[in-house]
Amino acid sequence: MLTILFDGIAYGMLLFILAVGLAVTMGLMNFVNLAHGAFAMVGGYVTVLLMQRLNVPFLVCLPIAFLTSAVLGAILERTLYRPLYKRPHLDQVMFSIGLTFMAVAAVDYFVGSTQQIVQLPEWLKGRTEIGEGAWMLGMGHYRLFNIAVCAALTIALQHILTKTRFGSRLRASVDDQRVAAGLGINVNVVFLATFAVGSGLAGLGGALGADVLGMDPTFPLKFMIYFLIVVAVGGTSSITGPLLAALLLGIADVAGKYYIPKLGAFIVYSLMIIILVWRPQGLFVRKGGKA
Amino acid sequence: MNKRHFLRATALASLAIAGSTVFAQDNIFKIGLILPMTGQQATTGRQIEAAAKLYMAQNGDTVAGKKIQLIIKDDTSIPDVTKRMAQELIVNDKVNVLAGFGITPSALATAPLATQSKTPQVVMAAATSSITEASPYIVRTSFTLPQAAVAIADWAPKNGIKKVVTLVSDYGPGLDAEKFFKDRLTFNGGTIVDSLRVPMRNPDFAPFLQKVRDLKPDALFVFVPSGAGAAVMKQFLERGMDKAGIKLIGPGDITDDDQLNDMGDGALGVVTSHHYSAAHPSAVNKKFVEAFKKANNNLRPNFMAVGGYDGMRVIYEALKATKGQGGGDALLAAMKGQIFESPRGPIFIDAQTRDIVQNIYLRKVEKKDGQLYNVEFDVIKDVKDPGKAR
Repeated sequence: MLTILFDGIAYGMLLFILAVGLAVTMGLMNFVNLAHGAFAMVGGYVTVLLMQRLNVPFLVCLPIAFLTSAVLGAILERTLYRPLYKRPHLDQVMFSIGLTFMAVAAVDYFVGSTQQIVQLPEWLKGRTEIGEGAWMLGMGHYRLFNIAVCAALTIALQHILTKTRFGSRLRASVDDQRVAAGLGINVNVVFLATFAVGSGLAGLGGALGADVLGMDPTFPLKFMIYFLIVVAVGGTSSITGPLLAALLLGIADVAGKYYIPKLGAFIVYSLMIIILVWRPQGLFVRKGGKA
Repeated sequence: MNKRHFLRATALASLAIAGSTVFAQDNIFKIGLILPMTGQQATTGRQIEAAAKLYMAQNGDTVAGKKIQLIIKDDTSIPDVTKRMAQELIVNDKVNVLAGFGITPSALATAPLATQSKTPQVVMAAATSSITEASPYIVRTSFTLPQAAVAIADWAPKNGIKKVVTLVSDYGPGLDAEKFFKDRLTFNGGTIVDSLRVPMRNPDFAPFLQKVRDLKPDALFVFVPSGAGAAVMKQFLERGMDKAGIKLIGPGDITDDDQLNDMGDGALGVVTSHHYSAAHPSAVNKKFVEAFKKANNNLRPNFMAVGGYDGMRVIYEALKATKGQGGGDALLAAMKGQIFESPRGPIFIDAQTRDIVQNIYLRKVEKKDGQLYNVEFDVIKDVKDPGKAR
């Protein structure tokens, strides 16, 4: 039972890191970026290819995955995304879903559509078991590693958003661009940085998830629903909302599949329906912000 | 008036051109090959395409005075798309034979079209037992899951495996594998502790595997579509299930030759039952594997490739037998009852069921020349699809 809880938390944390970048762009920047999964896929493939072809150690791949996706995000923000900030949401949806399909086709063409297999380093492969019987806790080392990385990132993000000067500039830019610009904040740079970090986080999520979720060109489409559920349930105005939503969904998904395998795939959706009927704006909504 | 003359002339001219193309087509024999070339089942498409092209390269593209033309379409494993493409191939391209079909729903979606247009449909991959019953024009050169699953259910109880949990993908072939394995294992005195079904698009196998671990069976029987097997295998090992004394068994999809080497040494010793292994020790197979690798940048052929290769042979032989003259019905009649030596061993297209009869081998993953292979150690001869013997 504890093992299930543990696996659920690990899965939830992974969902969180994949979705948090989307929460940032969608909630803070008010841009519907359905191509988020494509950035995650870039990170995943960077890791896979570096490890398979150049034998780069796993831990070195993670920052590279983050940086590659972040740089790519920055370039695309500057060239393609920025003109769309003021356009209606439907245009943004059409644009970003188109970008996703292009990414899928490009990866399919250049790398091939085979599922890529990551060989983790030995020290991440093992498993530690504590306790006996129903209360036994079995922790896969890789899942433990995921939880640690995600927890560290959450704390760092929360700190940046609420405690630093950049965070307050970002929040000011989001709430009212004109006034923020009048106060001497370079809104363009703030948005550029935010978008790059959001994309980078997606890339890191893809890199971490490659082992558990698998990496193939349909990745952005396959997991788009999960990102969107996390963001919809958690609300888009904070970091803690998506975090708790991701944990809740991860645990519900894993536990549902364990205890009621027949209903397994549907539990996540039922939970989402219940929560959204109860709180249409998501679990945690910042009062006064534009939700 | 001039305008009308002009129109009439154009109409006549276009008719004449159309007529001449019809005439030209007379000497072309078209095979519409519908395969998943992108998406999750893409490896299937890639293998079959390579095998079909290899067969054409080896046997020439002119048979009984007809030039063979291969039209390859990518259905991305979506049945609606398969159906639309089959329709286009039949109506616009006027294909003589439909072939390919990566997954069961695609094959089933096309079946009514094959019946209606009297076009033989050669199924080269999809493996649900009932497919051949969906149309009298379907011929199969791959395998059926009951065929593959029954052999391992005979082997397991004799080798100390009594309690088994089954884990299958929740669609046609998975349910077939589950049912026939269960029936045969129970008949042989074993017990099924639990039967788990995994959604087709499943991101994480953790909860299912944990459940298996807690149930502590002697073995876990797994069927997932070709391509997803590696993920299950990896998580199985990471969860330490082999150390907990649980064996992994199943039909050969889980140790697919295409991916076996990437799975790492953890796969060593896994026992499966299947109709084809790249390591099958026969002269025909050695030649096939070598030619396939040479033509495809050292890619190893898997069971999908052999289905495609033999499918092409069935079509070629049928065309030869009808001397290039017959329509759909004649071709179909010539496909039924074909017996020949395939790279997988001797095979036979059963004239009654139009399904394949073949040897099923028991194999164990072993290391040969630094590579992992499914090495055959036992054989059950001439297995007819148990799904048909009602």
